[in-house]
Amino acid sequence: MLITRRAEFSASHVCAQPALSQEQNTYLYGPAANLSGHGHNYVLEVTLEGEPDPVTGMVFDLKKLKELIQQTVIDPMDHRFLNYEVPPFDKIVPTTENVAAEIWKRLEPHFRAQRARLNNVRLYETDDLYVDYAGAAEGGR
Amino acid sequence: MRVTRRYRFAASHRLHSAAFGEDENRELYGKCSNPYGHGHDYVLDVTAAGPVNAASGQAVHIPTLDRLVFEQVLKDFDHRYFNADVGEFKALVPTSENIIRVIEDRLNARWAEAFPGEWPRLEGIRLRETKRNVFELKS
Repeated sequence: MLITRRAEFSASHVCAQPALSQEQNTYLYGPAANLSGHGHNYVLEVTLEGEPDPVTGMVFDLKKLKELIQQTVIDPMDHRFLNYEVPPFDKIVPTTENVAAEIWKRLEPHFRAQRARLNNVRLYETDDLYVDYAGAAEGGR
Repeated sequence: MRVTRRYRFAASHRLHSAAFGEDENRELYGKCSNPYGHGHDYVLDVTAAGPVNAASGQAVHIPTLDRLVFEQVLKDFDHRYFNADVGEFKALVPTSENIIRVIEDRLNARWAEAFPGEWPRLEGIRLRETKRNVFELKS
């Protein structure tokens, strides 16, 4: 069974590689390469997979999941400029892909000894663009 | 990593098959068989998948995907009447099932040209005809 918890945060970022020219960065990232930055209302969907506990009837306590997302993702990222305030985005470009992978990295260790496993992280940057990440095990996908 | 990009187009169609008579068409397709056609605001989600490039942080170069979808789909579909304006539907009923297959064929026809490497690959397509009717293909 899959269960999904949704959360939101607003943050700014700039997508540009210091080693590239502004022209090259604009080719790669479009207007997101503007060095002053810009922001999004990110929407995060965290999906867990597991069988419900026969006594509690729950795959995972959604209150705990809410707190975990709050502590590991929302508190550090909400109303922040990702490049300047949220490592590792001082060193890697905070594309939607990299932000989703970082969220996976922060959440996944908390589910290693649970009935529930982290199944998928979906991160909407806008209504028209989202990424799904299911960990390094998905390989090229 | 799977990246999904959403596009929109407005188009009209008439569900009517030459294999059937008027009454049979009316019976099968109901008001969708109205002789003058009708339209929808279609929502098209295209999912591409691949590893994230370590330097760019991207699995998919979005401007390239946008250009491919525009050239192969939106340019020909947006504000058109499928039955009259889009070649494939001269001989094919423009149901959403058929439209999504045509979209897949059109994207595949130029995919390797747009994305010459092993990745990203076309992972899936979702077509929303209305909020209540959604069609999905896994590539």
